[in-house]
Amino acid sequence: MLLAFDTATAAVTVALHDGERVVARHTVVDARRQGELLAPGITSVLDEAWVPRQDVTAIAVGVGPGPFTGLRVGLVTARTLAFALDVPVYGVCTLDILAAQAVDEGLAEPFLVATDARRKEVYWAAYDELGRRIDGPHVSKPADVATDGPVVGAGALLYPDSFARALGPEHPDAGVLASVVTDERAELLDPDPLYLRRPDVAAPSTPKRVS
Amino acid sequence: MSPVTDQPLVLGIETSCDETGVGIVRGHTLLADAVASSVEEHARFGGVVPEVASRAHLEAMVPTIERACSDAGISLIDVDAVAVTNGPGLAGALLVGVAAAKALAIGLGKPIYGVNHLASHVAVDQLEHGPLPSPCVAMLVSGGHSSLLRVTDVTGEDDGVVSLGATIDDAAGEAFDKVARLLGLPFPGGPHIDREARSGSSVSIDFPRGLTSRRDLERHRFDFSFSGLKTAVARWVEARERAGEPVPVADVAASFQEAVCDVLTRKAVDAAASEGIDHILVGGGVAANSRLRVLVEERAAARGIVVRVPRPGLCTDNGAMVAALGAEMVARGRRPSPLDLPADSSLPVTSVLA
Ligand SMILES: [Zn+2]
Repeated sequence: MLLAFDTATAAVTVALHDGERVVARHTVVDARRQGELLAPGITSVLDEAWVPRQDVTAIAVGVGPGPFTGLRVGLVTARTLAFALDVPVYGVCTLDILAAQAVDEGLAEPFLVATDARRKEVYWAAYDELGRRIDGPHVSKPADVATDGPVVGAGALLYPDSFARALGPEHPDAGVLASVVTDERAELLDPDPLYLRRPDVAAPSTPKRVS
Repeated sequence: MSPVTDQPLVLGIETSCDETGVGIVRGHTLLADAVASSVEEHARFGGVVPEVASRAHLEAMVPTIERACSDAGISLIDVDAVAVTNGPGLAGALLVGVAAAKALAIGLGKPIYGVNHLASHVAVDQLEHGPLPSPCVAMLVSGGHSSLLRVTDVTGEDDGVVSLGATIDDAAGEAFDKVARLLGLPFPGGPHIDREARSGSSVSIDFPRGLTSRRDLERHRFDFSFSGLKTAVARWVEARERAGEPVPVADVAASFQEAVCDVLTRKAVDAAASEGIDHILVGGGVAANSRLRVLVEERAAARGIVVRVPRPGLCTDNGAMVAALGAEMVARGRRPSPLDLPADSSLPVTSVLA
């Protein structure tokens, strides 16, 4: 029984997969409340599928890129829950989840995935017609990666001037994350965050004069 | 079963600032106090950088839980309840601990208690000196807070934790850090100022005592202000430098430290005396300051007040203090927190249990 979740976008999405199919899923879109929504989301999929927590045999988590605070909620939850349950934890690039959704929905030409990186930037990656990542992930200004081709994810809708052909899913779906891991269609990563940006810090110079 | 093993086994997680703390207690008995600090990563910035702290918490979390369990000689599944600091503190940092605690609660099928960081600083003393004196005045001083509380029930029931006063600008520990930087001493400043001050004269420079004038006392009897003091030290140091004279680092450190400790202890003792309370409990990183300990003992003794200070390792932020308060919640039959409990960076002291 695979428990999957992603908190690297505005969606807090959780799903449970029994090896054959997704048996429960729970998604709430709220960009600021990952820390509050994820744990109840996990218990709700377990309860909905009547699965005791001891039956979870592996965890899959989206590792971003995504806004740091929300991203960390997913990763620390995955690592700690895996430790408590003594099960393995697999990471998947969040943009790859969106790419798989787009391909599953019938997209059959090369495309970009773009999500909201705030500060007027997008996290993005490029995929071929089979949904294999060929470039990225990166963080850039939308104008610097503008394209007439198809663009999947909330980043496309936010910047129509740069991405005229927004299509496909807006947010990742943990059900698809669970499926690509179960079907061995995903590139598996360690459960480490893809921050892509360094922390905002500047070493102070000499102390400020006060008089 | 022996009475000792009847007590609940509680694991506490603390991530409100730059220490990733995981503590394990059984009742009032401390079993493990594992702390991973990112202080060295912040040193070159002269203060805690929130995003750097949050990243470090994520990396340290599972290894620190693992270490705490092995130090305590328990296995994680023996834990009866999980407690976690849900505020006040750095928002992003708190969230890492809260999410980890929820994951443990789900993974172990055990209740979670979201507790107040300040009340935890009070509860930790039970691990060292047994049941808390009730009522007591708690003086909590660190880089993040400077508070005087009246504590009648550390679990917060029936207004058990009430704020008598707090800093209106910088925390005392922040003032230590800033003055240390002025004097070319490393971060964190507290231990370095303390060491320098030993060879200096505390009466050589008359630095201001914030909020002690008659007019200020009317409105801010038990409040603190350290920002004017910090500015006064900066002005004094600059004047010396402009005059081309050497800065007497030890004297500045000693006189500054005296100004901070004087106000803190004077107000703490005044608070206890005016409330008719005969115990003062000291906590927070600044409680490790040697002058603060001596002065509070001296002034309290003169008024017949007893002072309790946990050992320095328990005064600084740690997971054991959170576990201690969690254990008290379990022992008192308080209701666990819901799984959607939020982290609250400005959680009021009166909100002890989420
Ligand atoms: Zn503290």
